[in-house]
Amino acid sequence: MFDDRSPIYRQIADRIKADVLSETLKGDEQVMSTNQYAAFYRINPATAAKAFQQLVDEGVLYKKRGIGMFVSPDARESLRAARRESFFAEVVDPMVAEAKAIGIPLGEVVGRINELGSR
Amino acid sequence: MRVEVRDLVLRYGETTALDGITLSLGEHKIYGLLGRNGSGKTSLLSVLAGFRRESEGVVRVDGAPVFEHAPVTSRISLIRDAGETTDIGTVEDALFFAEWLRRDWDGEFADQLLERFALTRKMTVKTMSKGQRSALGVIIGLAGRAPLTMFDESYLGMDAPSRQAFYDVLLADYMARPRTIIMSSHLIEEVSPLFEQVVIIDAGRVVVHEEAQALLSRGTAVTGAAAPVDAFTAGLTVLGSRQLGATKSAMVYGVLDDARRREAAAAGLELGPIAMQDLFVHLTGGPR
Repeated sequence: MFDDRSPIYRQIADRIKADVLSETLKGDEQVMSTNQYAAFYRINPATAAKAFQQLVDEGVLYKKRGIGMFVSPDARESLRAARRESFFAEVVDPMVAEAKAIGIPLGEVVGRINELGSR
Repeated sequence: MRVEVRDLVLRYGETTALDGITLSLGEHKIYGLLGRNGSGKTSLLSVLAGFRRESEGVVRVDGAPVFEHAPVTSRISLIRDAGETTDIGTVEDALFFAEWLRRDWDGEFADQLLERFALTRKMTVKTMSKGQRSALGVIIGLAGRAPLTMFDESYLGMDAPSRQAFYDVLLADYMARPRTIIMSSHLIEEVSPLFEQVVIIDAGRVVVHEEAQALLSRGTAVTGAAAPVDAFTAGLTVLGSRQLGATKSAMVYGVLDDARRREAAAAGLELGPIAMQDLFVHLTGGPR
């Protein structure tokens, strides 16, 4: 389930963020417990807890003492803002580099973007 | 249970199996004990279980000595590989002795596990397959619920579905009843996600003792054209490298901060994680 070559907690965090972005997990919704995550992914619960702590630090989740972890109400919006910020560097720039490397004129790329945008 | 080991030496006649081990293990964590064949893993676990007496040094479990100290050893369980229970009669007999020895034994849990691993109390141990004997060992280890439970390559002969069942039950029961667990295994990629901390020993000494995830984050594979890879890795601890034509991949040990990561990206280098098994191979001296 995981690429076992990268720290598991980062991957759990990425998955929860993806669920928040896609609204599979909604604001103020409770997320599964560390132990449920640990059992599901067959990982040490301390590793799962680290992923959750990272998400609390980033403001994606918040803790309710004695109850569990919940999605921050503004988590989706702040994740979207962060993704928008890195969109050009992480998505557009590599695409342009790839187009140049394989010889696709940028005009064709822009044409395609306009075509998709007008659908 | 807490484990404190200081300057532990174990000799068998002329042979030094443990050569000055100092180790401190906390309560309620799962530890991975990794080492090559003959590195001293089994010797260390045998001393911790009170099966062998240390030649030198100090061994304390919850502050008390272990060897010939029943109040402590009744709360410690070491499950060795499949041959262990061969001479005992039936599964029933094996469970009887386990219950007799273990203060925290849970018979109902043992019965659930027998069913899960498709064993019955009437089976004769001698006629069981290696995998079934390993499963019996695992059942005794889990149902013993010992505050210090150690599995020394207890998976030998178990097929993949049985090993997965073992890991699932171990995790679930550990989360329900936290205890100190030490697992030694050569199936590193398979078991390492279960570990909170990893201890690597080599030639009777501790080489690494670290949080498992921290250890993983210390290893980085740097890949790209040979010259920039060499320039980037100069001055870093390089565990090993491989080359394919003009492309070189070097395994670096040590945390790379964001500045170094940006530097790598600017030089057109790819940074990737290293598997626990690869780190292990390189930290214990590569193939011999």
